[in-house]
Amino acid sequence: MLRIRGLRKKYGNREVLRGIDLDVAAGSVLCVIGPSGSGKSTLLSCINHLEAIDGGRLWVGGQLVGYREHKGRLHELPEREVARMRQGIGMVFQQFNLFPHMTALQNTVEAPIRVKRMARDGARKAALGLLERVGLGDKHDRYPAQLSGGEQQRVAIARALAMDPGLMLFDEPTSALDPELVGEVLAVMRDLARSGMTMVVVTHELGFAREVADDLVFMDAGRIVERGDPRAILAAPKEKRTQDFLSRVIQSV
Amino acid sequence: MPLRHPGTWIAIAFVLLIVAAVLASVVSNAAFQWPVVGQYMLDPQILAGLGRTLELTVVAMVIGLALGTVLAVLRLSANPLLSTVSWVYIWFFRSVPVLVQLIFWYNFGALYSSITLRIPFGPTLFSASTNTVITPLLAAFAGLGLSQAAYTAEVIRAGIVSVPAGQSRAAAALGMRRMMIYRRIVLPQAMKVIIPPVGNEVISMVKNTSLVSVLALAELLYTAQLIYSRTYQTIPLLIVASLWYLIIVSILSVGQHFLERKFRQR
Repeated sequence: MLRIRGLRKKYGNREVLRGIDLDVAAGSVLCVIGPSGSGKSTLLSCINHLEAIDGGRLWVGGQLVGYREHKGRLHELPEREVARMRQGIGMVFQQFNLFPHMTALQNTVEAPIRVKRMARDGARKAALGLLERVGLGDKHDRYPAQLSGGEQQRVAIARALAMDPGLMLFDEPTSALDPELVGEVLAVMRDLARSGMTMVVVTHELGFAREVADDLVFMDAGRIVERGDPRAILAAPKEKRTQDFLSRVIQSV
Repeated sequence: MPLRHPGTWIAIAFVLLIVAAVLASVVSNAAFQWPVVGQYMLDPQILAGLGRTLELTVVAMVIGLALGTVLAVLRLSANPLLSTVSWVYIWFFRSVPVLVQLIFWYNFGALYSSITLRIPFGPTLFSASTNTVITPLLAAFAGLGLSQAAYTAEVIRAGIVSVPAGQSRAAAALGMRRMMIYRRIVLPQAMKVIIPPVGNEVISMVKNTSLVSVLALAELLYTAQLIYSRTYQTIPLLIVASLWYLIIVSILSVGQHFLERKFRQR
């Protein structure tokens, strides 16, 4: 589903991704952990081309992301085609980024109606179904400011799912939440994983990674340091840097 | 009712005394010619001038808002050429006084005596003398509208910048394109920041239209001037014009209050 080879990304002179290789099979869940500044979030932003890349290649569903290859060189695709590609990739943000001037339902139907040109009635019915699925069917007419952080994040998940994506990206979806609200968001994500959605999740929730992820990747300083079965890595990390990180995270809990 | 300090009462009494004295002198001074004011308040010529003033305000603000939005978006563009063009426009039209711009547009015929639309090396589609194309009314629309666009652009830019970048990212991640993101996501949220200063700009524009009197265009002030140059009733006619400006601005202020309240909700 997702294939990354030799991905590089620079901000000015600072290299934040230094050659990432990664494969995510359809229907599997990859969790990415690592200290802040390790490039995890940038990696996600490259997958749906919110950030342009400086080297390497990414493919989603067999299609090169953001570029067209011509005689071995990459040419950035026009906005229209980048936008079309993004329709197939859902993204959930740390800060939710719900549209504050729209209700939960309006947030969820906006892109299906405006971008996919779905009929209003059909989009509404599908959106209500999705809001029901994330446990917010009764709050569809609330504005984001009238919802708790956990509820906002669940609406954000429903909004992303409304485009019927083949791949879902989660950028620290529970990091901005009060501790007692983390569980409800993780529960929705667990259900989504069980339903067979392909997911890439940047997270600090090691319990979630252990339970749900098929693969785990530990990143540090723009590189993948360790990868493999989450239970094996979390129980007995091989690399020194992974050990240090895990001991710090576990101590802080 | 909390007890007030005696100083407060003394101040109130003092101010009321001054207000009463001013009012008494204004009412009793025959030179104000209040009967003449009453006679001209609803005079058809004055009302036509008032209509022209409102028309100028509306058209100039529509030009200002439409062009200002475009300029703001260009100014924020990643393309350095587009953002520089916008910067130069804003710099120029904010630096030259509106009065100068109005006279300049009015005299545009001195620069280019005719305006011609022609396909390069091809047939002429349109040609006319500049003075028949740029009427005083058109010069007024251009002078007021183009300079207003420069001010409005800055207001709209501040509004757009106030919307967190995460909003555009979220919309882009859903597959929306730039124009749609502006129209559906960014501008509606920017309104909260844009509406109050634009309300002030509308109110300023009502009064700035009086500058157009130099183009001999019969808006409210110039109409009053036309009448008093004939009847020599200068003061009462200036009062008539002032009262109408007061009335319009008061109505607009009430409208602005409700509009701001509407956009502050949520």
